[in-house]
Amino acid sequence: MTPDLPALGLPATLLAVAPILVPALAAVVYALLGWRPATVWVATLSAVAVLGSAIALASQVLRDGPAFAVGGVLLLDPASTYMVVVISAVAVLAALATPTYLHAEIAAGRASTRTAARHSGLVQAFLAAMALAVLAADLGVVWVAVEATTIVTAFLVGQRRTRTAVEAAWKYVVICSAGISLALLGIVVLNFAAQHLNSPRLGGGPDAGSTAGLTWTGLEAAAAQLDPGVTRIAVVLLVVGFGTKAGLAPLHAWLPDAHSQAPAPVSALMSGVLLAVAFYAILRVKVISDIAMGPEFAATLLVLVALASLLVAASLLIAQRDYKRMLAYSSIEHMGLLALGAAVGGPAAIAAVLLHVLGHGMVKSVLFLGAGRLLQITGTSHIDKVRGLAGSQPLLAGCLGVGVLALIGLPPFSIFASELGIARAGLATGFNTGSPLLGWATAAALVIVAVIAAALIGHTSRMLLGDDHKTLVPAREGPGAAFAPIVLPRSAAAALLLGLVATAALGVTTGPLSALLGAAAHTLTGAQ
Amino acid sequence: MSAVHVQLLNLSAGALLLSAVLVLWRRELVVIIRVFAVQGIALAALIAVLGAVQGSLELAVFAVGVLVLRAGVLPGLLRYALASGPQERRETRPLVNVAASLLAAAVLTLLALAVSQPITALAPSSATQAVPIGIAVVLIGFFVLVTRRRAVSQLVGFLLMDNGITAVGFLTTAGIGLVVEVGVALDVLLVVLVLQILTGRMREVFGGTDLDELRELSD
Repeated sequence: MTPDLPALGLPATLLAVAPILVPALAAVVYALLGWRPATVWVATLSAVAVLGSAIALASQVLRDGPAFAVGGVLLLDPASTYMVVVISAVAVLAALATPTYLHAEIAAGRASTRTAARHSGLVQAFLAAMALAVLAADLGVVWVAVEATTIVTAFLVGQRRTRTAVEAAWKYVVICSAGISLALLGIVVLNFAAQHLNSPRLGGGPDAGSTAGLTWTGLEAAAAQLDPGVTRIAVVLLVVGFGTKAGLAPLHAWLPDAHSQAPAPVSALMSGVLLAVAFYAILRVKVISDIAMGPEFAATLLVLVALASLLVAASLLIAQRDYKRMLAYSSIEHMGLLALGAAVGGPAAIAAVLLHVLGHGMVKSVLFLGAGRLLQITGTSHIDKVRGLAGSQPLLAGCLGVGVLALIGLPPFSIFASELGIARAGLATGFNTGSPLLGWATAAALVIVAVIAAALIGHTSRMLLGDDHKTLVPAREGPGAAFAPIVLPRSAAAALLLGLVATAALGVTTGPLSALLGAAAHTLTGAQ
Repeated sequence: MSAVHVQLLNLSAGALLLSAVLVLWRRELVVIIRVFAVQGIALAALIAVLGAVQGSLELAVFAVGVLVLRAGVLPGLLRYALASGPQERRETRPLVNVAASLLAAAVLTLLALAVSQPITALAPSSATQAVPIGIAVVLIGFFVLVTRRRAVSQLVGFLLMDNGITAVGFLTTAGIGLVVEVGVALDVLLVVLVLQILTGRMREVFGGTDLDELRELSD
């Protein structure tokens, strides 16, 4: 049932596996050579190489159309290559800031060179697993790759070995593994439906001879013949399961703990792209669901999930006392917005969702990297204990301040454009085509987003402005936190500024990305 | 499928459900692990019966693999996790008491029956009629996971879910492809290893594996 897509020649195949192979090799380098001056920048080189190959793959897909690589294991289409671009763009930012972060940790005695080597190797393995998750053509392989990200990051979350870090790692593995097990059950059930396609030829009865397999393309092609009753069970399980990993309510409880306890560059990657990778799986499941049962079913499910996530985020952001947890809850908010955009559906909304993934990924990693820096300088993650940062750390404070403004959706940053796109599509679809649920949900979401924006501004301005005497008091919690050099090192500053400038540029014009965004949205609305 | 095969299939499916309920009933962690091993045997038997019916060598190999992994390796790892810790061998204060847990198991089984109607209806056979049992085991596993406080009990809950999913996988189709099947088994093993290392670390910093201690992080 799989539609015939062209296979690729050897050079093109190498290019297709590069996003998985390059980080995997870099992980081996760190495992063999450890953390030493010669290997410090290997991670950055790997991220840049993956970004380069992602751009090359995307332009190749736009030129020649979708293709299978490595005997049908990898699916190269606009949506999957766009996701690789997102992963590698955020990876470049995180990798740029990692050496400074690890040097400061080592200087403060919270890490050894062995920890640093392990950290770098695991991050590379994490990137490889994420690239495989988005490029895999088969839903089963996607599942294995997503589960692999949980295993790899579990050790990164618990890296500091403190009470809180171990607790966060435990919750993370238990909740995410349980959630992703539900997704596995969904895959099993979907596979069952795919092996018993309803054939119009046999008057709607099951057709034993045909099977759709578990590839995205095969399932999409056969979706109209999937049994709606069985597919409904599968879609609910898949959305809840991958939604767990995407930080969507109701199984979101792991996220604030894990994202606040993980080392800053890992938080940046987890909040910036890991959530989006899991969400990408939901977007593709939605394509199948829409064809099999009509768009209303997945839309209703996603609207419920979206509103629940937004409400959770808003209620816990208003009185938040920890700035890393504040950023984590804001990620739940943005995943809720993505779910809302996916529920609206249609090329305009999905294009906005995809742009939002990139914009949020970059801004959130800038903020997490900045927050990690702040934690190293002050030794505390309490909002109340940080005062007058603008006076003592103008560059860091500026990046954090501008980052929060970008995060709440002020122009010219791209989050403004994408939130506007989602809201406009939601209101238009909701009130013009007679599905008022979507319209009212969008209106409610806008109110919640405004409340969250006010809360974020309030918390951040308290940290940045005001009397700066308290900040200059050396760290109380982490012994030796004051060892962190007070001047923001150039590579870390470059990462923060690069992320903000790129997001602002994206907000002004998506430029060469427009064609890719359009094509990816086209793919993800079921029109191949 | 001959009558004997159907009976053997129903017997192993029944053992699967019964062992899940026993996990809810018993509190001694050693017994819980033993019951989990028995469930692994029941699952292997179920796959072996399906293999015998279809005359499939592949399924027979899977049955052996499942037996080794779920009745041997995983219980062994759990027992090791338990033995290396301090003397805390009972699930003393589950969030929900035993009577209520058993009642919940009954409700979850009924829910599984109701939910899996379309699956049975799509391709009626004695194999798909046992699917609700697999789903019930998944739900009971999830219930164990959220209501138990000892780390080892939570691990068993996670593994119960996985046994249920594997059962559903083999009952609905001939598994979901060799690569995926092996990948899944490997993933389960890795998750358990990760959880085990974390349990060890938790003992280092908390001095026990009662998750009640996990109260540092909250809003």
